[in-house]
Amino acid sequence: MRSPLLYIHNFFAPQRPAGAFGLIVQKEVGDHIRSWRFIVMLLVILFTFAGTLYASLTNLGKSVGNLNDPDHVYLYLKLLTTSDGALPTFHIFLSFLGPLLGIALGFDAINSEKNNGTLVRLLAQPVYRDNLLLAKFYAALLLVGTLFLSLVLLMIGAGLLLTGVPMEASEFFRILAFTLLSVIYVGCWLSLSIGLSVVFRHAATSAITAIGIWLFFTIFYQIIINVAASALLPDPGSLAEEQAIAYNNLFMSFLRIAPSQLYTDAATTLLMPSIRSLGPLSMEQMAGAIPSPLPLKESLMIVWPQVTGLLAVTTLCFAGSYYFFMRREIRT
Amino acid sequence: MEDLIVELDGLTKYYGTVKAVDNLSLKVSRGEIFGLLGPNGAGKTTTILMMLGLSEPSAGKAVVCGINATRNPIGVRRRVGYLPDSAGFYDNMTALDNLKYIGRLNNIPEKEIDARARQTMEMVGLGAQMHKKTGTYSRGMKQRLGLADLLIREPEVMILDEPTLGIDPSGIREFLQLIRQLSRQQSITVMLSSHHLHQMQQICDRVGIFVEGKMLAEGNIESLSGQLFGSDSFSVAVSVREPLLPPAELEQQLRRIGHLNNVKIDTNIIELSCSEDITPEIVRFFVQQGYNVTGVHKKEYGLDEIYHRFFENNTKKGISHEKSTTIHS
Repeated sequence: MRSPLLYIHNFFAPQRPAGAFGLIVQKEVGDHIRSWRFIVMLLVILFTFAGTLYASLTNLGKSVGNLNDPDHVYLYLKLLTTSDGALPTFHIFLSFLGPLLGIALGFDAINSEKNNGTLVRLLAQPVYRDNLLLAKFYAALLLVGTLFLSLVLLMIGAGLLLTGVPMEASEFFRILAFTLLSVIYVGCWLSLSIGLSVVFRHAATSAITAIGIWLFFTIFYQIIINVAASALLPDPGSLAEEQAIAYNNLFMSFLRIAPSQLYTDAATTLLMPSIRSLGPLSMEQMAGAIPSPLPLKESLMIVWPQVTGLLAVTTLCFAGSYYFFMRREIRT
Repeated sequence: MEDLIVELDGLTKYYGTVKAVDNLSLKVSRGEIFGLLGPNGAGKTTTILMMLGLSEPSAGKAVVCGINATRNPIGVRRRVGYLPDSAGFYDNMTALDNLKYIGRLNNIPEKEIDARARQTMEMVGLGAQMHKKTGTYSRGMKQRLGLADLLIREPEVMILDEPTLGIDPSGIREFLQLIRQLSRQQSITVMLSSHHLHQMQQICDRVGIFVEGKMLAEGNIESLSGQLFGSDSFSVAVSVREPLLPPAELEQQLRRIGHLNNVKIDTNIIELSCSEDITPEIVRFFVQQGYNVTGVHKKEYGLDEIYHRFFENNTKKGISHEKSTTIHS
């Protein structure tokens, strides 16, 4: 007679082959983990995380005791968002370290394989071309996801140990949503850099281009928009309230073309439950509002456009790299 | 009955406006070793890539193992092993790990993979270096690893693109013998491309000569030289100890053997060119005439001559021109 235990054993230890996709993912993850660039990025992120956590821990008493702040009850969210003024908070750091991480993991995905001569050899195996591209994307994202999740869980654990305050479910889900958002944000830059690695033959060119795009959006884009706004928009003092709001919305929409802006908006909203709108509110809209934290669902509704925007950028870049890679002659 | 493994039919490939492969038709049957011979840029690699479905033909079709390579490239790649001309490996992994990775991609069961990878490494002579990282491998070792990479998959067809590049001369012999031996033992069909004539001559059953995307001639080396040199495909030089008879008389007697085209007589050496291999008859003739034969040298036209003859005849505008300018400059 077959024992049911044996069945369970067989169920949990399947001997089926992993498939080409799974194998490439395994190999890519292994490569990334052993690569210096990932170790360096990991150290940078770890140090920032430790630094911001330390800063927020030292100021935690003050901000949790601040009764005027409607978010003061959310200790763990405070851990992520409190700063002593000298050091930016973790999600601000992440808004410019995330792209760097994405670029570092993707800038030579395809062109280094091609330059080493491994691409032709790999594709001569029974492997679909799109599997390779998807596996590269997925492996890097898996790594980033694991990294962020473990960081956040470490933070929660440390918070529990140090303060002894139990965690609210909504807090936990907010933090999870924040983690997911961060992964999507890194994914967006990752797909951009993989796309560039398909387009450019040399790894250095694609890295420089990706960093150029990143610098443009982190530094110059805001400056350009600000200059353009002050030059083109009329003086806000001379405008009616609705017009001022309309112009302001237009201004914000332009700013939100930058992925980092989308990410910071969304992260702030998720981590600070009292934020009710990302745009300006008129006095009528504010009238009667009690400054209280929003439920998680409402916060998610607010950041939904931002998340969609990030996903759209990711998909667009990935579709681009897919298009170029699939149509490409293997030798060129 | 001949079992066709590779069937190319009117295969054509344009890169932009450049015709890389021009209306190529070719048949290779099971167990055969076929050599694609041609200068650089003749379209050999492009043809190979189209056979693997890695490149799309502009016209015509490539059928390998009965599968259309353009429609079902994965099906072809399951049965065909390909060694690219500059095979690269993941430098940060050991040779054995590289090999196992390829083995896994080819669905070799996890239980067998280690044993099989080790066995294959021994077979190609890399047994002692299998735990080294491939970054430290020399070109020749990488080429061997590339072969191991093919063999672990137990393919029906092996396609090797310039397999002897970068291997030292004694290594080349070994390498080619290994390929030939494997092909014979397991009746694997082999296609290899090269521009080295002598190596092709050592191993190929049949060669196709490829210039500017066209197959100029195909066949075994004998028939190729027959096609090319026509009646002069064999030439025999016989040296004897005694001085020979007066030329006219001797030539007349020799003519009776038949198949003889040209006779050139020195004092003790006679050179004969003939349309068929009549070396035994010639030797018998001299012995019967009472000559002491000291040496018989049969000269067969090798690929070398075939190759040169082809370039003289067919590519005067392109390659021979290029060659002459490089000589003058």
